[in-house]
Amino acid sequence: MSELTRADVAHLAGLARIELSDDELDKMVGELGIILESVATVQNAPIDDVAPMSHPMPLVNVTRPDEVRPSLSPEAALSGAPEQDQQRFSVPRILDED
Amino acid sequence: MSQATAEATLPFEEALAAYDPVLGLEVHVELGTNTKMFCGCATAFGAEPNSQVCPVCLGLPGALPVVNEKGVESAIRIGLALNCEIASWCRFARKNYFYPDMPKNFQTSQYDEPIAFNGHLDVELADGSTYRVEIERAHMEEDTGKSLHVGGSTGRIHGATHSLVDYNRAGIPLIEIVTKPMTGAGERAPEIAKAYVATLRDLLKALGVSDVKMEQGSMRCDVNLSLMPKDSTTFGIRSETKNVNSLRSVERAVRYEIGRHAAILSSGGKVTQETRHWHEDTGITTAGREKSDAEDYRYFPEPDLVPVAPSAETVEALRATLPEPPAARRKRLQSAWGYSDLEMRDVVNAALVDLIDETVTAGASPAGARKWWSGEIARRANDAGSDVPTYAASLAVTPAHVVELESLITGGRLNDAMARQVWDGVLAGEGTPTAVADARGLELVQDSGALQAAVDKVIAANPDVAQKVRDGKVQAAGALIGQVMKEMKGQADAAAARQLILDSLTD
Amino acid sequence: MTNELITASAADLAARLAAREISSAELTQACLDRTAAVDGVVHSYLHVDAEGALAAARAIDERRAAGESLPTLAGVPIAVKDVMTTKGLPTTCGSKILEGWIPPYDSTVVTRLKAAGMPILGKTNLDEFAMGSSTEHSAYGPSRNPWDLDRIPGGSGGGSSSVIASFQAPLATGTDTGGSIRQPAAVTGTVGTKPTYGGVSRYGLVALASSLDQAGPCARTVLDTALLHEVMAGHDPMDSTSIDAPVPAVVEAARRADVSGMKIGIIRELTGDGFQAGVQQRFDESVQHLVDAGAEVVEVSCPSFTYALAAYYLILPSEASSNLAKFDAMRYGLRVAPHGIDDPSAEQVMAATRDAGFGDEVKRRIILGTYALSSGYYDAYYGSAQKVRRLIADDFTRAFEAADVLVSPTAPTTAFAFGDKIDDPMAMYLNDIATIPANLAGVPGMSLPSGLAPEDGLPVGFQILAPAMQDQRLYAVGAALEARLLSAWGAPLLHSAPDLTAAGKGA
Repeated sequence: MSELTRADVAHLAGLARIELSDDELDKMVGELGIILESVATVQNAPIDDVAPMSHPMPLVNVTRPDEVRPSLSPEAALSGAPEQDQQRFSVPRILDED
Repeated sequence: MSQATAEATLPFEEALAAYDPVLGLEVHVELGTNTKMFCGCATAFGAEPNSQVCPVCLGLPGALPVVNEKGVESAIRIGLALNCEIASWCRFARKNYFYPDMPKNFQTSQYDEPIAFNGHLDVELADGSTYRVEIERAHMEEDTGKSLHVGGSTGRIHGATHSLVDYNRAGIPLIEIVTKPMTGAGERAPEIAKAYVATLRDLLKALGVSDVKMEQGSMRCDVNLSLMPKDSTTFGIRSETKNVNSLRSVERAVRYEIGRHAAILSSGGKVTQETRHWHEDTGITTAGREKSDAEDYRYFPEPDLVPVAPSAETVEALRATLPEPPAARRKRLQSAWGYSDLEMRDVVNAALVDLIDETVTAGASPAGARKWWSGEIARRANDAGSDVPTYAASLAVTPAHVVELESLITGGRLNDAMARQVWDGVLAGEGTPTAVADARGLELVQDSGALQAAVDKVIAANPDVAQKVRDGKVQAAGALIGQVMKEMKGQADAAAARQLILDSLTD
Repeated sequence: MTNELITASAADLAARLAAREISSAELTQACLDRTAAVDGVVHSYLHVDAEGALAAARAIDERRAAGESLPTLAGVPIAVKDVMTTKGLPTTCGSKILEGWIPPYDSTVVTRLKAAGMPILGKTNLDEFAMGSSTEHSAYGPSRNPWDLDRIPGGSGGGSSSVIASFQAPLATGTDTGGSIRQPAAVTGTVGTKPTYGGVSRYGLVALASSLDQAGPCARTVLDTALLHEVMAGHDPMDSTSIDAPVPAVVEAARRADVSGMKIGIIRELTGDGFQAGVQQRFDESVQHLVDAGAEVVEVSCPSFTYALAAYYLILPSEASSNLAKFDAMRYGLRVAPHGIDDPSAEQVMAATRDAGFGDEVKRRIILGTYALSSGYYDAYYGSAQKVRRLIADDFTRAFEAADVLVSPTAPTTAFAFGDKIDDPMAMYLNDIATIPANLAGVPGMSLPSGLAPEDGLPVGFQILAPAMQDQRLYAVGAALEARLLSAWGAPLLHSAPDLTAAGKGA
């Protein structure tokens, strides 16, 4: 089982968009190591040839008809916005990502 | 940040002398459903910002998706039309990445279990040959919102101070159609790319699943390209050029990337695997931001949705709804209309197939339909930067007008020259052909006495020409017909005038 | 306890309301008065809506006065866990990141409560985003156990368990992802049910782990729990995972309280070692009560349960890491500017906000889940966990071939003291060992009090598990056991809890 390094945790925090402080990172590395060691025991279970289970109930084909339902009013939609302008959500500048 | 400066490129011929291009295309199509993929919000284009959003497509805490039945059906129909296998069981997956125009910060998509896979689309090229594009997969996903970049220059993301986001488009159903890598295309690669997108567009339109308006973003194309040395079978490193959104641009982008890759490779460099941006105005691509770790999308099966498992009966029922494939339809219509290959190609290139089909169905002759839709109106449409169907729709000119115009000719009211004048009037918005003819007083003179008088007058005034006709030079009658028409102020039936002249001079 | 209205059962109150012996306004006011007296020390609520609750109560009284036929629980007030959206009332999920957020829509559960005529008293405290077993992870401070204010009321639904255990409300809603209804019920001497997955709509429940989350009822008696279960449950087209079938006859089963001929399976892996002596003792006595009531006891083995905790702590963080991505400071909730950066980008604001807005446990689980889903580790972690999940479901299937219901202690210990496990995440996680398997398999489970542990005088919970969609069996067994225990005790267990008004005066 792979050890989680401080750099790994920093990388994961970046993927998860959480700006951890140095102290937080240090603490997290230790805690996650212990937790990971424990949860890695799933690999010891007799799971060869076992199909993964993603849903507790075996439902399929749950759909709705293509019929329009009322939307929120723009006011209600924007009611929680930290900032808004021109009936749009105002967000800080977006880095060019694609 | 990228600046729109061109990198070195090798001339196209030189590039192809040394390298074989490997082409891949990813096309995103917005479905024309009434509602979004996972909620009941309307999808109308151009609505007020944030007026077509609900807790689901805004990604509000607690909201849950429910699949649009029509979205799945459309996906299956597209898959079938692309000769794909349809999955008997598949799932949605979450594609996790952060972006402000994506409300949940994951896109509900499909990953390793697409609804349709392993298909093909045959594409006809200008030289009459056919290239088979292999389809890797077609899968269902949802669109993102739209950002308006404020500050900086001309709404570009670079240099903007902040952005304003409208989520009306977030959640609109998308089908992503991915080709397998196309090899062996050689110098035809740009043409194949364009022809594939055009053929796909026609197919989707015929299916009625999307309005396929590239200019409105309802069909968007990403171009993947790599080169391999002539003697190699190992694919090179590819670039992924995003949002190439016109047929012409698809062709240009492929051509540009071939030249750019070749310049890098021939100078011993290494192509960077990256996302590129297409610049419509300058015809070049520029590098996007380095992606580094952002590629780890942490896909996993969407736990808020249950699997899609279309039965064989469902799939067959949907197959029965497929329209005739556009290529087959074109062949059938060409034969029915009696057009030459060249005529048919012109008609196809001018996007006139549907309009002519409607016009012929409405009662016009194939020749007449082609003539009226490709003459003056084509010139005007071109001047307006539009195609004929769009332009005709903007003028409210319909197939019925063509039928009416033709019946005025065959009924003997108008001759060809007069009909042209009438058509001009119709295009100018003066009304129906009959109304225009009435208003302009255009009507062939049916009074044979008046015509005979004009003929007599012209014969008398041109004794030399009349003698030539009497001597058997029948083609000389043309000069007399012209004068008779002039005498009659154009309102005569040229054929009748000719007959009267011949009758008068050959008795 | 000055007002006996606050100690009465919901069933009793409903009957008296229907008979117009009491009014809903009077009852609701009694609850609010109790809250004013004791919530200063218990801290069950994050938000109390006195005005809204009284208005709803008066409206019900008017409808009843007008002779309208009303649902059974009409007029009985209820507290709602603050993870369910309530239109116009703050919904924080115990997190700073949602401080002050007022949803523009009601969760389906809340819609049903309103349709049933139940005044909503307020929103109850929880571990942040329901991640925890103690409410110590609430950003707004812990709730306290009415049996001992220095001890935890369980978690995540410690607000709901303590609100009913301290007689501030006769009923409350809960959500249970790994035991968040059952474990709080166990440590506070109350009753709580996690229905079959899909039995109650998840629409409007702020998702923790979508494939594990299930909302359910919290109350002081088995019948009250059944009455609320019936109101909350039923098919919802807004939730794709909602079961489209009639709600199991839970109320009828609770009223019949009949276990004669039923086979009760004791899960070998969830007894003995690791369980506090007094917990085990009360469990054994309860099993004997069921035998006395006519049930037959068998022992079953579920060997894969050994891996349940590990699988759970991979599946939950994975789903949570994706579900909680939407909290990004763009559309709602907290927005924090990063320190020392002029003109920060959206990305920087997201990262700073998520650092400031999420507590340690939430960050820990998000990062763990991000790891478990990342490319290269998916198969080893998330993939393996999903396979273990299948093994656990198979264990249940086999066990339910031998027994009609399965039983175990709900939690290994009675309520632990604040701070005991806060610095040791694994110790905290172990507390869920007996409740987690039901969530992984989707089967229903109930906890009800089985007495006080002799060594510490604190409540012990008895867990009953039934096959999927057989929720009524929980109520048959629970009610039969409750009746026998009640006659053994001579009074409801909660009547021996300390007088909080004295503590309130001291505080």
